[in-house]
Order: sequence, then C-alpha cells, then structure tokens
Amino acid sequence: MFGPGIWRMKRFADSVPGIIDLQREINRLFSNVGQSTALDYPAINVWEKDNSLVVTTEIPGMDAENINISVTGTTLTISGTSQPDPIKEGETYLRQERELGNFQRNVQLPFQVDSKVIEAKYEKGILKITLPRQKEDLPKKIKINL
Amino acid sequence: MSDKDLQKTENIAVTEKIRNVKTFIPRVDIYETRDALFLIAEMPGVDEKTVDVELEKNVLTISGRVEDGKVKDYNLVFSEYEVGDYERTFTLSDEIDREKIKATVKQGVLRLELPKAEKVKPKKIKINAA
Repeated sequence: MFGPGIWRMKRFADSVPGIIDLQREINRLFSNVGQSTALDYPAINVWEKDNSLVVTTEIPGMDAENINISVTGTTLTISGTSQPDPIKEGETYLRQERELGNFQRNVQLPFQVDSKVIEAKYEKGILKITLPRQKEDLPKKIKINL
Repeated sequence: MSDKDLQKTENIAVTEKIRNVKTFIPRVDIYETRDALFLIAEMPGVDEKTVDVELEKNVLTISGRVEDGKVKDYNLVFSEYEVGDYERTFTLSDEIDREKIKATVKQGVLRLELPKAEKVKPKKIKINAA
C-alpha cells in the first residue's frame, strides 16, 4: 500500500531515495492496518542509467549454477533453489531462521531488453543483472518537415 | 512466510557506527552435534576480509562490514531492501575450545564450527603455609 508506480518515479529520479525512505516509514506506520505489505522474495533493488537497468538482489549462499535467470518479453524471471545442511540422526536444529528452498520472482521491465547482452554476476551473495535496452525499442526521433 | 520473515531486521541494540549505516541482524541457522556447534549466518555483501568473529568468555559476536551497495554511475529507481552492516551476539552455554574454531565465508554466508571443549577439569589450588 502507498506504493508508488515504480516507473512513474523516474521523473523525480534525484529525489527518489528520499521518497523511498519516506514511503518505507509510512508503510511501517500503517503496516498493521488493512492489507498486508508482504513483499516477494528475494527483495530487489532496481538501478537505472540512460538505456540500461541493473537489478540487484541478495540471495546469500547459493551456487551460481542453481540460479536461473531468464527474460521473456519484458518480464525478468529469477529463480533458484537452496538446500539446508544435511544433519545426521540425533542432531537437531536449535535455530532455523534462513529461508531455504525454492524461490521465483518475476519482475516487469519498462522496456524490451537485448537478451544477448544481458550480464549477470554473483558475488558475496549478491546477484547483479545488467539489462541493456534493445536498440529497436529505443524511442525514435521524428523529424518535422517544414 | 510473512513479511517480517523476509525483510532484514535492524539491530537496534547495537551502538551506533561513526559511518552513517544501519546495522542488521543476520539470520542464522544453528545446529548441534555431539562434538560441535555449527552456526550459519546470512550476511550478503561480506567476504572473508570484512567479517569478524569474536569470542569473549562465552559471548560470541559476529559482525560484518558491507560496502554501500551502490551500483556505480547508476541511479536507484526502486528499492525493496537496504544495505548495511551486520552484527549479532550470542551467549554460548557450552564451553568452546576456542583454539579449534573454524570459520569460512562463501557467497555472503558465514559458517562457523565451534568445537566443544573437553570437560573442564576442576583445578586444585595448592595452599602454601604462610
């Protein structure tokens, strides 16, 4: 709730971090009211520059080969699977706070991306996907004839 | 899974840092075997150079320092998670053999093996006549 449409916020790019902080504070104040504010897992941050996007997400402790990234149309899909430590009989977990198992997250992109040049890096448990905009999808400048 | 479980929890008990960063509580799994205690902590953004494990008496502190998480030249347009340091403290009930503690970090996950010490033998104190 009170979530601004993310692509509308681009117009005020400079003030975005401030707005997001404010939004988060407001959401926290009202978090027990009405509908839930449940977020999808994993949480993502989206970054923009000119004609490319970067999506970062924290998914610690995975093996790179267990992470799947795909783009269909303008939908980015991140999915994966992780396993807890196998324990022997008679041993018990005293605490289990980590979220393990399967996850999938779909992200709607604001433009078509060039799937051949998508780059993904997984370092220190942080996945970083760089998505350049497809050339054919760039806005075309139209010349006005006199 | 509720919202609370998915979001990082800020550690408000910790003393404020000089750097203007938030400190989060890393999520942990702990399990026990006959000879050791295993602790697995999720601290995305840390590596072996930026993570710290301290055991003072029976208080175990794990902490990690994280770079600001910004992507160079890019502007943040949408944010669901925050980036900050990690810190968490545990009181251990068992006596730990601190010489044999093993710690590894892989993809932002700290894995600690804390071997239990052999039973501490009662010491006999010799009293000398004055």
